[in-house]
Amino acid sequence: MKPLYLVLTVLVGLLLAYGVSDMPDWGDPASPANTHVSPRYIEKSFEETEVPNMVTAVLADYRGFDTFGETTVVFAAGICCLLILRRAREDDDS
Amino acid sequence: MIRRQQSIIIQTLARLLIPFIQLFGLYVIMHGHSSPGGGFQGGVILGASFILMSLAYGIDEVKKRFPIKVLTVMMCLGVFIYAAVGVVCLLLGANFLDYGILPVVEPRGMGMLGIEIGVGITVMAVMVSIFYDLLTFE
Repeated sequence: MKPLYLVLTVLVGLLLAYGVSDMPDWGDPASPANTHVSPRYIEKSFEETEVPNMVTAVLADYRGFDTFGETTVVFAAGICCLLILRRAREDDDS
Repeated sequence: MIRRQQSIIIQTLARLLIPFIQLFGLYVIMHGHSSPGGGFQGGVILGASFILMSLAYGIDEVKKRFPIKVLTVMMCLGVFIYAAVGVVCLLLGANFLDYGILPVVEPRGMGMLGIEIGVGITVMAVMVSIFYDLLTFE
């Protein structure tokens, strides 16, 4: 079975590399992300959110739901480590 | 399991550093909406202070000051605070996490501060909890 896993891994890797080649160049000023949402954040974020830190305005306000998911992911990671690694001992209070 | 070692230099340094690390972590969380920083970064700094404490004094000392049960409750509490801010906005008639409707001065800044505090509590508790689990796993 091991050669099959290797072939599958290489195939998926090639597929991902092929997908990445279709993305816009790094820092390309004409890419959709830089022409569509970035100017709105830069020009309007202070007016709309009244906080001077643009990064936090995007993170916590425009994309608050996304950050909620991130927090839940961190929480889930902690719970998983707790469930897998922590063993209850009779002399332990945890 | 790491053996507990008594080193007067490390313990003194840790005792001097930990309050400042924790103060800085709280500052990073509280000023997240007006200067660089936020819940994730501040939570990691706060968690690092407890990890430093357990490296210097042993995990049993940390367990005495900061019980593991409290840690687990804090993990849940942070996510709960985040969701609660969103649900309060919902109950006041706006969208989920639409802070503009909160009845405080600078509602958007305060709403962000609320969720940053939630994020900070969760990240800090998860950091210390994973460290504790890895340390005591045999």
